[in-house]
Amino acid sequence: MDIDRRKFLKIAGLSAVMGIGGKAAFELLAPKELEASLREVPLTQGKKWGMVVNMAKMDDEIMKRCMEACNRVHNIPNFGDPRVEIKWIWEETYEHSFPGQEHEYIGEKYLGRNFLLMCNHCTDPPCCRVCPTGATWKREDGIVMMDWHRCIGCRFCMAGCPYGSRSFNWGDPRKAPKELNPDFPTNRDYPTRSKGVVEKCTFCDERIARGQIPACVEAANEIREGALVFGDLDDPDSDIRKVLRAHYSIRRKPELGTGPNVYYII
Amino acid sequence: MYDAGKIIVGLIIGIGLLLFPFYYNAGKAAKAPEPQLTPKAKEAKVCVAETSYMKTSHMHLLERWRQEVVRGGERYYTASNGKVYYKSVEETCLDCHSNKSKFCDQCHDYMRISPYCWDCHIAPKETK
Repeated sequence: MDIDRRKFLKIAGLSAVMGIGGKAAFELLAPKELEASLREVPLTQGKKWGMVVNMAKMDDEIMKRCMEACNRVHNIPNFGDPRVEIKWIWEETYEHSFPGQEHEYIGEKYLGRNFLLMCNHCTDPPCCRVCPTGATWKREDGIVMMDWHRCIGCRFCMAGCPYGSRSFNWGDPRKAPKELNPDFPTNRDYPTRSKGVVEKCTFCDERIARGQIPACVEAANEIREGALVFGDLDDPDSDIRKVLRAHYSIRRKPELGTGPNVYYII
Repeated sequence: MYDAGKIIVGLIIGIGLLLFPFYYNAGKAAKAPEPQLTPKAKEAKVCVAETSYMKTSHMHLLERWRQEVVRGGERYYTASNGKVYYKSVEETCLDCHSNKSKFCDQCHDYMRISPYCWDCHIAPKETK
């Protein structure tokens, strides 16, 4: 069988028309099914979770409790060595938290004082952009989530994060020194991680799913209401929006364009 | 053929060595272990799906749950009988099947598979 140029073009043209028509017909005929398949994985829709750290109400004791609560709930081991430290929520001085905003006349109220830091759950997270396996991504409710099953431990995200929010498991967390972690794992309902995986704060997605606030916020509120405020930034009537309306707040390194969603009232 | 005697003897010894494991283990096939149920699992009677499905395909169900929970944020599973379960290895599966060594491990060992679930997920404490 030989096909001349004319015949070939005819067939090609016809197939193209059929192809386009076929897709359009599918979309016209079954819009509901298509939508349904896209909605198969429901997320908390139309939300944008955010946090306010109110340093006016915060003190070292509350910060310590917040960190302890997080470590306990998420089985975060203490290796006793800052080089292999795993941190989801931690404290850092003003000048290290807000570099470029310190000057020599700043008062003791700020300079040298510790601030509570965590993942900023950025609006445009650089960590998600660089992840080669899709192991970290921005959820529709604003949480920068991690899939530890899929992390290959390349640590691109750690290089991408300008806040140092991500930690790498250099060793098996279960092999952390026993004397420093006497009752590890502290929460048997939550997994530990494995060697070679990166981890960070997830805004307690597992607690939010059950209608609970993050562990650190709960711990802070037990001591002083409002030291940490968690809520939906998309909802103008939420507590977090009220607090942000009433007080002046700053964010960490906003000039980088990552759109951090953790706000500091200082 | 030169040295036919040596070659044939060598061949017999060689084939004999090769077949020795089969001969040695003949009739001693390990019996397939039967997963044991805890009293709590027995009392519940039904799992999240049919027993036959769970026996053959629990790994697919777990993988789907993993995908839906971690990537989709969808944490509740409605079984065919309408009962709603929280999709969690620790809080749902191992709540009934708290005897990991007798329920999970002996079959996995028999099949010579070692799922890496337990690298991260915490197995319940068993009283021996």
